[in-house]
Formats: sequence, C-alpha cells, structure tokens
Amino acid sequence: MLKAKKKTGLVFFPAFDWAIDPSHPEREERLLYTKDQVFEEGLMDIEGIKEYKPAKVTENEINRAHFCVPDIQTVTTSSHFISAGGAKAIAQKFASGEIDNGFALVRPPGHHAMRVVHGGRGFCNINIEAVMVEYLRKEHGYKKIAIVDTDCHHGDGTQDVYWHDPDVLFISIHQDGRTLYPGSGFTEELGGPNACGYNINIPLPPKTSEEGYLYTIENCVLPILNEFKPDVIVNSAGQDNHYSDPLTNMNFTAQGYSKLTTLLNPDIAVLEGGYSIESALPYVNAGIILALAGLDYSNVKEPDYNPESLKETPETIKYIKDLCKKVMGIWDSRNDLKKRVYGNDPIFKRKRNIVYDTDGIYERQFENVTNCDKCGGALKIDSESDRGWKITGVHLPINACEQCVTQAEKWYEDSNAEISYFHDNKNDRFEKKKR
Amino acid sequence: MIIGIDVGGTHTDGVLLSGNKTEKSIKIPTKKDNLYESVIEALDSLIEKTDPSKIKRTVLSTTLTTNTVVQNKTSPVAVIISAGPGIDPGYYKIGEFYSIVKGALDHRGRELIPIDEKELAKTAEEIKKLGIENVAVISKFSPRNPTHENQKEKIFSKTFKNIFKGHNVSGHLNFPGRINTTWLNAAVRDSYEDFFDSVNKSFIERGIKSPVHILKADGGTMPLGESVNFPAQTIFSGPAASVLGAMPGSKKDIDSIVLDIGGTTTDIAILANGDPVIAQSGIRIQNLKTLIRAIETKSIGAGGDSWVRVEDSKLLVGPERKGPAMAFGGDLPTPTDAFVFLGEIKEGDFEKASKGINSIATTLGISPEDAAEKIADKAAQNIVDAFTEKIFDLNNKPVYTLHEFLDGYVLNPKEILVLGAPASVFAKRLEKLSNIKTSTVKDFSIANAIGAAMAKPTCTVTLFADTAQRKAYAVSENYEESISQNYSREDAFAKAKSLLYAKAEKMGADMNNLEIDTIEDLSFNMMRGYRSSGKNIRITLQIRPGLVAV
Repeated sequence: MLKAKKKTGLVFFPAFDWAIDPSHPEREERLLYTKDQVFEEGLMDIEGIKEYKPAKVTENEINRAHFCVPDIQTVTTSSHFISAGGAKAIAQKFASGEIDNGFALVRPPGHHAMRVVHGGRGFCNINIEAVMVEYLRKEHGYKKIAIVDTDCHHGDGTQDVYWHDPDVLFISIHQDGRTLYPGSGFTEELGGPNACGYNINIPLPPKTSEEGYLYTIENCVLPILNEFKPDVIVNSAGQDNHYSDPLTNMNFTAQGYSKLTTLLNPDIAVLEGGYSIESALPYVNAGIILALAGLDYSNVKEPDYNPESLKETPETIKYIKDLCKKVMGIWDSRNDLKKRVYGNDPIFKRKRNIVYDTDGIYERQFENVTNCDKCGGALKIDSESDRGWKITGVHLPINACEQCVTQAEKWYEDSNAEISYFHDNKNDRFEKKKR
Repeated sequence: MIIGIDVGGTHTDGVLLSGNKTEKSIKIPTKKDNLYESVIEALDSLIEKTDPSKIKRTVLSTTLTTNTVVQNKTSPVAVIISAGPGIDPGYYKIGEFYSIVKGALDHRGRELIPIDEKELAKTAEEIKKLGIENVAVISKFSPRNPTHENQKEKIFSKTFKNIFKGHNVSGHLNFPGRINTTWLNAAVRDSYEDFFDSVNKSFIERGIKSPVHILKADGGTMPLGESVNFPAQTIFSGPAASVLGAMPGSKKDIDSIVLDIGGTTTDIAILANGDPVIAQSGIRIQNLKTLIRAIETKSIGAGGDSWVRVEDSKLLVGPERKGPAMAFGGDLPTPTDAFVFLGEIKEGDFEKASKGINSIATTLGISPEDAAEKIADKAAQNIVDAFTEKIFDLNNKPVYTLHEFLDGYVLNPKEILVLGAPASVFAKRLEKLSNIKTSTVKDFSIANAIGAAMAKPTCTVTLFADTAQRKAYAVSENYEESISQNYSREDAFAKAKSLLYAKAEKMGADMNNLEIDTIEDLSFNMMRGYRSSGKNIRITLQIRPGLVAV
C-alpha cells in the first residue's frame, strides 16, 4: 500500500468549460489527459495526498499584486479568480500546517501578468503566484519568499511584480529569450535599485535536457536558495521544457521534472504553461505529484522516452556550466551591485514599453521608485495603452517604511491621471480615483 | 405485497409491506455463521399467514460480503495486471497470485505495448499448478479500451471457468480501485454463490415466484441472479437500508441529515432534496480503495454506549466504547447512564447509572444533574460536529468546471431524521445544539428493513467516444461500436440513455418511473496543430436511487 512520505495537497482545477478561444493552446482540453492519468493512477486516493477545492479570491487580494485597467472585472473572467483561488487554497493549507507541501494544478496560468494589467499577455491576466505570495505575507506573516520559475518562458510578469522587492527572490530558468517569447530574461536583469541582485535569470540554450537542467538546479538554484534562506519556496511549475512541447525547443522529460521537484523541494508548486497535452502533461504532472509526496516515480515515463536521443551536446553542457558560473558571480556580488548599476539618486526612473500578445495591446510605462535602504520603496507607475487608458498607480510594499509611505501618499494626492490607484499592501488599503 | 429483510451484524430485521402499511415485522438475532438461515427464518415468519403468490417482490440486504472479507473466508484469486507508464503496479499487489504481464494502453486507449499470448499461456499453467480457480484480469486504462482484458479472458478461459475483467466493474478511471474491486468480486464469489443457490432454492420451495433482489451499497437493488457476478456491490448495504428507511419521512424539497445512532457508532448520511448523496467514485473497504458506488456515509465513534471520562478536568465522550452502559451491567459510565439518570430512559438499573454519573460529577466538582446534562449534551455535540464537518466536506468537494464552481449545489440541511435505539433521547438535544428541526423516524427499529423492501433498482452507464479513433465504448455493458467522424455529443448521450434503459429493464426497474441523473456530460474538441482531429466525449448516466412507488 502506498503512503506519502509528505502530506501533499492538490488543487486540481482543469476548467473544462473555459478557453481563450476554441483552438488556442489554453483551451478546455488542456488538462483532460492529465486528469485521466492522475485519476487512473489513483493519486488522489494515496494516503497522505489530499485534494482540495479552490478557495475564493477577493478583488483586494488581486489589488495587492496588480493595477487592473480600467478595473478588475474588465480584464478578468471568473476562471482567473478560481485559478488564483486554487493557488490560495494550497497556500492556506500549507500555512495552517495541514499539508507539508502542495500543488495547484490550475489554469489559466499567470506568470506573464505584470503589476499593471491592461489585458492578457502570454495567456496570462492575473499573476496567480503573486496573488498567493501576497496572501501568504499578509495573512500568515511570512517574510522571505523565493519563487523559482521553471516554465520554459521567462517569467517576466512575476519578475515585474517583485522587481523592487528584496524580500521576494525571483529565479527564472527558461529557454534563452533570443529564441523564444517573451524575449526577455537575460542575466543582466538584476532587479530594481532596492532589490538589486534579487532577480535572477538563467537563460538556458535550446535543446537543454535532463543533465543540463538538473546541473543548473544543483549548482546555481540550490546554492542561492541556501544563502537566501526563504521561509517559503514557490515553484512556478511550467511544463513546456518538455521535448514534445509544440511551442518551445527544449528536451526536458517527465523523469527530469520529477527529479527537479525532488531537488528543489518546493513548499508550493503552481502550474504555469505546458502545451504538449497528451505526450507530456499526463506524465509530468503525475511525476511532480509523486515527487512532492516523496513517492517512487521511477516508472513515470513517456511511452516514447529515449534519454539517449535527448542528450545535450558537450558544447551545450559547457555553455550551461559557464552560464551557471556567471549567475553565481552576479549573486555573490549582489551587495555591491546597486551602487554600480543604479548610482545613488533619491528617486530612480525607468521608461519602457510592454506588449500584450494575447490581447494585442501596446503599453508605455514611466516608473518612479524611491531609493530606500529600509524597504522595497514607494513605486509610481504612469501607464498608457493604445486602448486609450492613461493611469497612475502608486504602490507600497508590505514592508514599506514611514518615509516611503509619505512619498506614496503625496504621489497619489498629486496625481491627476484619468484613473489613479493607491495600493498600500502594508495597511491593505486600496483606493482609486477618477479625474 | 413486498418483503424486505436486512441481515445485520447483530439483528436480522424483516418486514412484510402492503402498500404503505406494515403488515408484519420481525427482529431476530443474526446467526453469524449462517446468514442464509437468518434470511429463511425471517422469511418464514413473515409469510406464515400469507399466500406466497401475493408476494410481488423481495429485497435482501446482507453482510455476507463484508463477513467473507472480515473473517478472511475469501477464495484464492490470481490477479493478472498489465500497466505501462506510471506508478509501479507492484505496489498494488493483492490476491494469492499476482503477476504483471506485458501490455499497455494510454489514456485514450491506444495500444502502447501488445499483450504476449505465450507469456499468458505460461502464466495460466503456473496458476493451475497452484490450484487457484478464480482469475482477475485488469489492464490500466481498460475503460478506454477493453481489448487487452478481453484477449486475456480468451486465453485464460481455456483453463479457468470464472474470469473477472476489470472493465466490467466500472467505467471510472482508477486503476488501483479497479484492481481491488475486481479482486473482491472474484474473492467473494464462491461463498456468495453458495448463499445465492440456497436462497434461490428456498424461495422456489416456498412457492415464491416473484423476483428476489439484492440491495447494493448505493441504495439500489439488482436481481439476485445478476448479483452473482458482482457480489462486491452488496457490501455496506446495511447503512444504505437505514438511509432508505428514513426517506419516507423526509421532505422532498429540502436537504436532510439522516443519523443512525447505535450503541457504538453513528452513521451520518445526507439527503439532497430528498435523494441520498452518492459517493460516485467508490468507497473504501478495510482501507482498500474500491470502485463500489455507495451512499455517502460517515461513521463516527459516537453512540449510547460511548465511553465517558474526565481527562485534564475535561469531559470526554467517546469515540471508544468500553462496554455496555452501567445501567445495563457495564463498568464505566456512558451517555445512556446519563439518560437513565435524567429519567429519559425508563429501562435499566437507576442505582448503577447514578453511581457512574456521580463519579463524573465528583471529578468535575458539579452536581450529578449538571454532570448528566453535560454528558448528554457532549454526546450530542460530537454528532453535531461530525455532521457539520461532513456537510462542509461535501460542499467543498473538488469540482472541475467553472459551472460547477460557480453554480454548484450547496447543501443546507433543514431537518434531521434520527433512527436507532437511542434516537428519541438524542433528538431534542441535537435540535437544541444544531438549531435544525429534528425528528425520529417512524418505526425506526425496523426502518432498515422497510428501506430495503422499498428500494428501487439502480444502475449506471458510462460511455466514452473518441471520434479521431472512430470508437465508442461503454465497457461495463460490453458495448463497442465503430462511429463516424461526425458522431456528436447528442449521439453519445442518446446511446448512453438507450444502454441505461436496457440495463434498467434487466435490473427489474419500473420502466414507467425512471429518474435519470447525468453524472458526467463532457465533450472536448481535440485540436492538433490548428485543426480539429475529433471529439473526445464522456457521458455517465445513472438511475437515481430511491423508493418504489406504493
């Protein structure tokens, strides 16, 4: 009789009646075969594995992570609430000690959703990890959180939400942005001035397989986590590094994902992308669940699994080893980076343009953040999209210091944008005014 | 007239009903070593003064299968497994002979690895040498394609008479559950067949020619003849009988809680708008996951004889039972003693009950009256907490569509129906503590037999269609059809419905009064690249359990 070594919670929400559109990769069918495999394996009946229903998420819980333009209702559907609620349910059970770890097997995904949301990017509207992380910090008092994003695409949304936050370490391992959407995620994206060095990108070359991926985890991700000492480790568990994925060019496997999960040992895993719905997902998900529960997954293999044919070339392995060395060099020098990269202005400014491929939107942003040694800083974003909206969002992180609170309040007061938002995560105060 | 007989662990209850009227009822001790004799004793007493030709229907509920398992009287079974990728099937080892052979299917039933006839022939020889006569063949994903199991049956049937196939037990995907359920059917069949033959003979001898039915765990019946192939379905029919017995007194437009309170345990079940809530995905038997559908019941250690004591100056009641109440010769105080002390139960030794209550009162430093009230309230509170949790769990069951999440049925019980010996003394406290209107079930000591007598036949059909593979299956009906690419959800639904009707008729259902529930109704467009490669359709229908019209 199988018995889990760790109490593992699962939220399985395949949203069998929701799609971006009928032929979109993010469609009703996506988790159908995963459900078949998970149920046929009897995973939910194993002693120690428990299935939960998604929790409910409130608008303010979304406000902690996002400025939704013009409002939350316009840029979401109920599926986004339930998907975020799935992650929240696992966080609840984890925080209460009911489970040792958990997996939110939900859709739609969220890791391309940035702080400002004008619509969908990379199939994502609401950053479900960020909503969950803010819930863990606010309701359960966790201080330091590490998010390790193992989706094949750069987790640019999560990177953006936590760009200025030194208490949330973000590590994204993905296929090199020169070869894949969203075209970002390079090693020099270090984090904002107040969190410089706490945003880590590991852009792996195409055709990376088990050896290279697991080398990266063992020689780069784990040493960084050991030093950062997070209270909670979250894994954005995308499954599109798989050799059969139709959208990417990697050679990872179900065995690889299972071993990755054992090594990383996340407290909470949240499903992100992965669109090889028949050849990969059933096996990868079964492997991840077994790995979380501490059970034997050695027989969880794709029917056509052939590790020899998937092996990296020696050049690829060398490239990965050099890349890991480079990333570790940046991490080791993180305390000196701020001055070198950002100098010492009292307010830092940044200008950028953002593309929403899913909904076809172009956004211009102008950002101000206070230079602060005590907190993540007060953040002001002026944003306008080609849909015509012009907004100003003022955000305070949960650990905001007095000075930054004063600055943020002044920014909000002075703002004369079409819509102005004041999101104070410290006091859970969310205001909005229209010109 | 109809007969209902419920052979329980301690008592065998029987009723003879004429319309709504109970013509005769009996309660006799169960002969644990010969359940058949208990059935016949009950039957003979019920029909003593009745013309056998007037008996239109008999329903039996027995603990035979449970006893066979608990008393380790199962027959040896050879279990032949083929699996493919996933959890190592070695973990599911069950039966006297367990062999993992070649062959694998994927989640759509496509063959990954064919079976090996030579290997199977060799395995058959091995089993024969061991003297095992019952063979169970189970393939992973066989509900998606029964071919491998059918091929194995063909090979094994050259040597063995009784072959049990996994896909016959359920269309539900759950490989370990299917292995266990198939094994269970095979393991209890021999003892069940003896029982079946004896019962059959006795009814004929007594001139009763009307159909005899067996009660299943889901509260439905199946014909005695049919039950021989699926004896596992008869497990836990006792609790189902009690729930059905409470139904005549329940209101149809509200949700109700049914509590069967005994000396040791209380069984909790829920009626949603008057119909029992069913555990569709199967129940556990001795910690063994099965695919046997059953009325959702939760059994807790709380009853009239629960052990009452004080620990760390806290009053505790149950969950253990240490023996009978002191008022009835036990050594330790129980809620029953509190009821005797308070004068709510007139039987029993008042002096002995007082002694128990006094000891608790002294430890708590309160009056015996207060102690007795506290004990009674605590005992009832334990039951209230348990059913509150059960309702919470049912309302928080995982769902897989937005529709179910947003518009799913939320249970909100407005009445409690209590049966069992201490029902009346618990009822008023349950009402006070839960604020839910509580009443005792009429004739509650024989309500289980009434429930059995009035149970309707039930059955389910699961149909799976894959238009890309041009196949439709309803595996437990041995139905397989080649379909066109244009086969639609509507076609699948109509087919499932006609299969269900055919099955219901075979089960002896009243074809003019069928209530059909849709358990699953999903159709997916399978997109490969930017083109639709076909549809993947899943339909599950059931005949709703309930009571026959009288």
